[in-house]
Amino acid sequence: MIQTTHAEIEVSDTVVRMQDIGFSYGSKALFSHLDLEIQRGNIYGLLGKNGAGKTTLLKILSGQLFPQEGSTTVLGDNPTRRRPSLLQEIFYLPEEFPLPKMKASEYLKMRSPFYPRFDHTQFAAFCKDFDVDLNQRLDQMSLGQKKKVLLSFGLASNTALLILDEPTNGLDIPSKRQFRQTVASAMTENRTFIISTHQVRDMENLIDPIIILHDGSVIFNDAVASVSDKYVLNLTTKEPDMATAMYVEKVLGGWMVLSERSEESEGQPLDLETLFNVVIEKGKGGVR
Amino acid sequence: MQFNTLSPIYLQIAQYMHDLILNRVWNDGERIPSVRDMAMELEVNPNTVIRTYALLQDEGTLENQRGIGYFTAKDARSLVLKQRRERFFKKEVPALLSTMETLGLTMEDLQKYAEHSRQKGDDHEDKSQEE
Repeated sequence: MIQTTHAEIEVSDTVVRMQDIGFSYGSKALFSHLDLEIQRGNIYGLLGKNGAGKTTLLKILSGQLFPQEGSTTVLGDNPTRRRPSLLQEIFYLPEEFPLPKMKASEYLKMRSPFYPRFDHTQFAAFCKDFDVDLNQRLDQMSLGQKKKVLLSFGLASNTALLILDEPTNGLDIPSKRQFRQTVASAMTENRTFIISTHQVRDMENLIDPIIILHDGSVIFNDAVASVSDKYVLNLTTKEPDMATAMYVEKVLGGWMVLSERSEESEGQPLDLETLFNVVIEKGKGGVR
Repeated sequence: MQFNTLSPIYLQIAQYMHDLILNRVWNDGERIPSVRDMAMELEVNPNTVIRTYALLQDEGTLENQRGIGYFTAKDARSLVLKQRRERFFKKEVPALLSTMETLGLTMEDLQKYAEHSRQKGDDHEDKSQEE
């Protein structure tokens, strides 16, 4: 097997370790026996259907929700203790958020002291790239503009962990591109991104490894290469044998069929949408 | 750069870098962008670019000078040219021959067409005539 991306930069550190997590909202159980490990120096993509618990998972990691069962370690600490030494190393960008009635520049003055490695020069550069006006009041900005301020803030905070919940929601087309460029350039081997998204096409080439959350646990957590090195997609015009095929999707002009990659086999690698559908349909251990 | 869905991204980036070397945008023995700058330009995961650079290092097209950066090899262009020519005969020529057979075309037809289009396009420099 071809080496996965993990092995190529020195990433031995485990940034996140969740073991046997159980979490419920009232009597409604969301997670049971959930395990998750995250390695330093990667841009993880967190995928899951609506209501799968992506935001809940991210809030547990950032010390905003406390699971009823199991243990969570983030950067070697327990996030439920909410110690400043840990919180100053985590930046969390919520999907939706209220912001105070003040200018972006005032917000910066108020919040940046909480992050010891905050870089004001970087912040100014990111805001310029994103075309954000620091003299505008935050409560008068659109969702997209607010996201750009907070994204710039998060990237400039130089925390070890960046948690972004649906960061491209509300961004216009040029800003999505700017987002990809900025994240690609801001990633270092000492930083880790966890990005939850439904907009997989916005981030197809950015997020890797992929975490898939389904039915209360993590059913997939692996590099894209680990799948695309093993499996290929082929378009056939003849209806495939549904009983023997691993995965079939009806598309324009025929059927996309998933098969194991052989030495000389031609075929397309899985795109993220197909990977997601295959994993959800096959369930645990279907494609590994 | 526009990516397609036909092959893995790290291989498409390798192809793109080969093109830069073939077209002399990157000359032999020249310093090339860092992993981070390349990832930013292409809007991809830096770890994907690391994988591409490792592949090109293995085939001898790139060299990593520790602490300085990545350079094209002294013989990068001839290596890429050799690899591309091999692929041309192994993959593209058989496909072409098979299409020609289906369409009832001969090598003579192809030659006539090539000469005709060369005369028509003599304003343009024909890149394939190099070397």
